[in-house]
Amino acid sequence: MKNLLNFFENIGNAFSSRALRLGAATRLFFLILVYSADSFKRIHLTIREIYFTGVMSLIIIIVSAFFVGMVLGLQGYYTLQKYGSSEAIGVLVALALVRELGPVVTALLFAGRAGTAITAEIGLMKATEQLSAMEMMAVSPIARIIAPRFWAGVITMPILASIFSMVGVLGGYVVAVPVIGVDEGAFWSQMQANVDFRFDIVNGVIKSVVFGIACTIIALFEGFDAPPTAEGVSRATTRTVVTSSLAILALDFVLTSFMISG
Amino acid sequence: MDKIKLDAWVGIFVAIGIISLLGLAMKVGNLTSNDIRETYMVTANFENIGGLKPRAPVKGAGVVVGRVNSIIFDTEAYHAVVSIDIDKRYVFPKDTFANIYTAGLLGEQYIGLEAGGDEKNLQQGDRITQTQDAVVLEKLISQFLYSKASEEE
Repeated sequence: MKNLLNFFENIGNAFSSRALRLGAATRLFFLILVYSADSFKRIHLTIREIYFTGVMSLIIIIVSAFFVGMVLGLQGYYTLQKYGSSEAIGVLVALALVRELGPVVTALLFAGRAGTAITAEIGLMKATEQLSAMEMMAVSPIARIIAPRFWAGVITMPILASIFSMVGVLGGYVVAVPVIGVDEGAFWSQMQANVDFRFDIVNGVIKSVVFGIACTIIALFEGFDAPPTAEGVSRATTRTVVTSSLAILALDFVLTSFMISG
Repeated sequence: MDKIKLDAWVGIFVAIGIISLLGLAMKVGNLTSNDIRETYMVTANFENIGGLKPRAPVKGAGVVVGRVNSIIFDTEAYHAVVSIDIDKRYVFPKDTFANIYTAGLLGEQYIGLEAGGDEKNLQQGDRITQTQDAVVLEKLISQFLYSKASEEE
């Protein structure tokens, strides 16, 4: 009897603590929106963060996109040539990148490259009591530290995803046309005939904006919520990667099912 | 790092992003290739549309001249009513023939328009009276089998 009670107590505790964290994260999200006007008055803070999250991520995004595109080209050709339709390789590479891989892989890389940096930075700021010091000086840490990082993430993600898709298509082109020898005209014309601007490209951009919001909010909240110790910050950084990755993949499924049905 | 250099890098970053998006729209997507802006709508009735879907191409002599807008089932006459948007640049006579064809053996289905000889042209809201249904592969096979069987008797 005692064991059973303990068992349910554990479930209840796990549930309520998670619900509490979700509520706190949502509260942080609304606070960011409220303080956004203040942080836009100092636009250079946001630009600085775009530099650190966006420009510094360019190399990893471009290199991985190129390889992803080349692999898609090789694998696609291997299967398509069995059915004698190797010209459709352009469509395959472009649709896979624009609809799925572009936004999702970019978001996963972003969570690993920029999300962890945000969490560690804010967690450390909290551990060294820089955030409390700001509050003492009547400077809102949300307007000064959190909101610029949030907007930088939201602006950066669609840009990075577009770059990823474009570079990936070029990678697929390099493998398909000069290396394998697919006809260049067929490669591009089949692609243009089958990739729709509104239903494929715009939906991909919408996805990446949603991923940008989710990734940055998770990274910011984990940093803000981290226990002010070395161990706490390291755990929070790990949680950022795990939670962001799961959130991206789950959101991807939800968004795709809405976009396909609608 | 000084502020101007930072701004420059962010500017370059945003510019690359916009170029990529434009590249996707123009080179990968179909924003340039079929900008059908102004259209007029005509309808056509079919007994069987096969696998025709909304947004399927409408072709005249193989050139894409429009798209299928919607397909509804008429519960009074029990046939399919297909609405077609045709680009304003292309005019067709009133007695145009509408067929449902298949691209390749197993490809997507599209509507092919064959111009007739009428003096008047199709207007917004007109109905194409002469239509030919989609070829259903099962029907074709069963017809072939029946004719084979009757030959052998």
